[in-house]
Amino acid sequence: MIVNNDYDVVIGLEIHAELNTKSKIFCGCENKFGHSPNTNCCPVCVGMPGALPVLNKHAVELTIKAGLACNCDINDYAIFERKNYFYPDLSKGYQISQLQKPICLNGFIKLDSGKIVRLNRIHLEEDAGKLVHSFNETYIDYNRGGVPLIESVTEPDMSSAEEAVEVLKKLREKFVFADVAHCRMEQGGLRCDVNISVKPKNSFKLGTRTEMKNLNSFKSVQRAIDYESKRQIEVLENGGFIEQETRKWDDEKGISLSMRSKEDSQDYRYFPDPDLLTIKIEKNVVENLKKSMPLLKEDRINKYECEFGLNSKDVNLLVSTKDISDFFDNCVEFLNKPKEIANWILTELFSKNIGEGISISPQNFTKIIQLVIDSKISRANAKVLLEKIMEDGGDPVDLAKKLDIYNDMDDSVVENILARILRDNDKAVSEYSVNSEKITQFLIGQVMRETKGKANIEFVKKYLKEKLK
Amino acid sequence: MEDLKKMGVLDAVVAYKNKKYSVEELTKLYIEQIEKYKDKNAILEVFSDAIQNAKNIDLKREKGEKLGRLAGTVFVIKDNMLYKGHITSCASKFLEHFVAPYNATVIHTLLNEDAVIVGRANMDEFAMGGSNENSAFGACKNAFNDSFVSGGSSGGSAVAVALNMCSAALGSDTGGSVRQPSSFNGVVGTKPTYGRVSRYGIVAFASSLDQVGPITKNVEDNAYLLNILAGCDENDQTTLSVPVDDYLIDIKNDISGMKIAYCKELLELYKKSDYYDNFVRLADFLKSHGATIEEVSIPNICLALPIYYIIAPAEATSNLTRFDGIKYTTRCEDCLDLNSLYVKSRTEGFGDEVKRRIMIGNYVLSSGYYDAYYVKAKKIQKYIVKMFNKLFTMYDAMIMPVTYGEAFKIGSKNNDPVTMYLEDIFTVIANISSIPAISVPYSKGKNNLPLGIQVLSKKLNEKIIYQIANLIESDFGGYDSE
Repeated sequence: MIVNNDYDVVIGLEIHAELNTKSKIFCGCENKFGHSPNTNCCPVCVGMPGALPVLNKHAVELTIKAGLACNCDINDYAIFERKNYFYPDLSKGYQISQLQKPICLNGFIKLDSGKIVRLNRIHLEEDAGKLVHSFNETYIDYNRGGVPLIESVTEPDMSSAEEAVEVLKKLREKFVFADVAHCRMEQGGLRCDVNISVKPKNSFKLGTRTEMKNLNSFKSVQRAIDYESKRQIEVLENGGFIEQETRKWDDEKGISLSMRSKEDSQDYRYFPDPDLLTIKIEKNVVENLKKSMPLLKEDRINKYECEFGLNSKDVNLLVSTKDISDFFDNCVEFLNKPKEIANWILTELFSKNIGEGISISPQNFTKIIQLVIDSKISRANAKVLLEKIMEDGGDPVDLAKKLDIYNDMDDSVVENILARILRDNDKAVSEYSVNSEKITQFLIGQVMRETKGKANIEFVKKYLKEKLK
Repeated sequence: MEDLKKMGVLDAVVAYKNKKYSVEELTKLYIEQIEKYKDKNAILEVFSDAIQNAKNIDLKREKGEKLGRLAGTVFVIKDNMLYKGHITSCASKFLEHFVAPYNATVIHTLLNEDAVIVGRANMDEFAMGGSNENSAFGACKNAFNDSFVSGGSSGGSAVAVALNMCSAALGSDTGGSVRQPSSFNGVVGTKPTYGRVSRYGIVAFASSLDQVGPITKNVEDNAYLLNILAGCDENDQTTLSVPVDDYLIDIKNDISGMKIAYCKELLELYKKSDYYDNFVRLADFLKSHGATIEEVSIPNICLALPIYYIIAPAEATSNLTRFDGIKYTTRCEDCLDLNSLYVKSRTEGFGDEVKRRIMIGNYVLSSGYYDAYYVKAKKIQKYIVKMFNKLFTMYDAMIMPVTYGEAFKIGSKNNDPVTMYLEDIFTVIANISSIPAISVPYSKGKNNLPLGIQVLSKKLNEKIIYQIANLIESDFGGYDSE
């Protein structure tokens, strides 16, 4: 949306994502959302006197993967620094972060329009606890303290709220597909601060920027940017100045409010953390991580279209979530018939509620498909079998036999039945020439009833076609 | 019967195995001794569970169970070492009521080896100081003369060992805090190589300089203790994974053929004191045992002091930010907003010296001054480390004074903190360079107070410094008992 034809909007983002490690960044506490307050902490993440940080290697590996997913350069060494300030949710009085030597530098996100949004860096740091405000008291929950975060900082390359939201979406997609971060915004898995300024259309000089915090969804990012850019333009049009400050976004009221101004801005007194060693990142380690990374969405789209020959509509559905795409990939490993499997997934699974996860293993799913291919069960019965297994589990072959839909009939047995049915229905047979379609269906129905649906339908069709010619 | 209280660690371990006494009886004797010398103010608290713990160990021995390497010993720990379920106050009002929720690694080791911990020792608040006058709970007095300081910051620990309130004690050394009070009280104190002993559970002062050090009645005890305390700890990533030497086994080896250096520039400074002749006598003594003593010039060595007083406060100010009145510390009453809560709590909770160092630390890290002070100091530190690496390729060890002289009078250096800081020149060098150093008693001063001498070597070469210290001790004698 163009806010005002006379002004350019200049936007930069600082995005925090919680990493998918099992434990926190500097201690063995679980990295999991949802514990009751202050039950998932230890002396280290609560910042007890005498406690020391011990670096979780996996957090470094995931940061490197995040950088690889975003086309970053990976530094050959990195250091942690202390960012010192007082706040109740910061238990040690300093946050262990990275300033001068982050793990990843540069990088970019390519928008659908082809525009490149550059990344300045991706660095690793620890999360603070959470403050919970009630009527006239504030409570502190340290459960979140020490959760590993990657902070991705963009250059001020975006010029609209739409572009900013697209960058967020694409970044989330990369992190999810690379298995680096789950990015569930409702759990605080992805947080965004926006830096925004405006300038007259033909000016090269950037305006004073404000920083906006407390943006909890893509929608609020969009609304906040639209509001703030309008507000800044209005200030300038009225002859005023923009103050460099941090503003809090109030989503309910749809306005931004001043939080703290430049005068109150902190000197964080960064210095290298003496409790942690320099991280050496060898080239071969980066190579190995690159190889072990799951394919990103764009690479999967490429593979499905070019290697598997699927059409782009189907491909877009298959990559709509990482879970579906992973499921598809795993099925293809068991049964190398991607077109068949894609078809099954799109027709059978998409109609079911798989938002919470696919409740059948790729192994069993492909087993069912194989049974149909081998004519051991009919396509119709396969649907029933699939539903039963998704609900209660079980082995497809065993369950098919138990449900008596498994065709273990010899072809000769079916032939005998067919012959008998033809004999018993000579009236219908005589009408075949008049209405072959209807009669065929009727006769197939008879056979299926007789065989309890187990007969190989293709075999039956072929037989009837030949005999009724 | 010989006075059990006078036993050091090794004597106790052997005698205990031979059932010469019960550790319950020994613990009670030490508690009595602490009470007898309570005016020294060396011990802030005698732990109420000490006797019961002692009984438990006696029971173990009775049952014939396997005993730890410290069974039969009783320890005093410095008040900055977390001992689960007990108060750790760092001699500060801020942590006056703080109960440790976990054990420091070194405490865990002591307990695992069946030591009894009888109490926590007085210290300079948050380990900042060189006299133990900065304690929120009163100064600690010298073991031999109430008018003189005990030294610091591990003052209480050193006095406890000197006056037989324990078998041995643990202290911590950031700029000399184990070695200087050891020298002032006639006991043996070591600062190991940085990273040799775990810092987990020791309230941090300057993270890149702090080390736990044993304070003992003789050199052999000290080596024996370091054998037990040293090692890699998964809770402290700055500990070294190099296997631990046996520091005791060759301790009686003679030193003939060793090349020992002393620093020309430091000796120039020492000429100001009254004890220069002592140093010359010591050098001769070592020569008579076959060592070569040589003078080396280390220009700029004195820079170690100002850079210490930049690096240590910088790290300290950051380490102390967690003491804000919100969590486990004493919170001020009736504060109107968050900011005043912080300001009031810290104003009331911290003593003057701590505040001083916090301000210095913030200043040298602040934007505009960071490069000129902190970054510069770190560069100079690298240069000093390099110099010592080079020096120790040519020499086995180095000797130097611990301080300018014996303990000074209580209150005599309180008017100008910088004069107190200047005392530290001989001890900060080992912390800045991460090398091991020991203070061993070798003489007496004009006030009849003990004097120690310092032996240093390259990283991880504690074995050599123990050998040399052992020899010095055998000749000049140990500390003076009561």
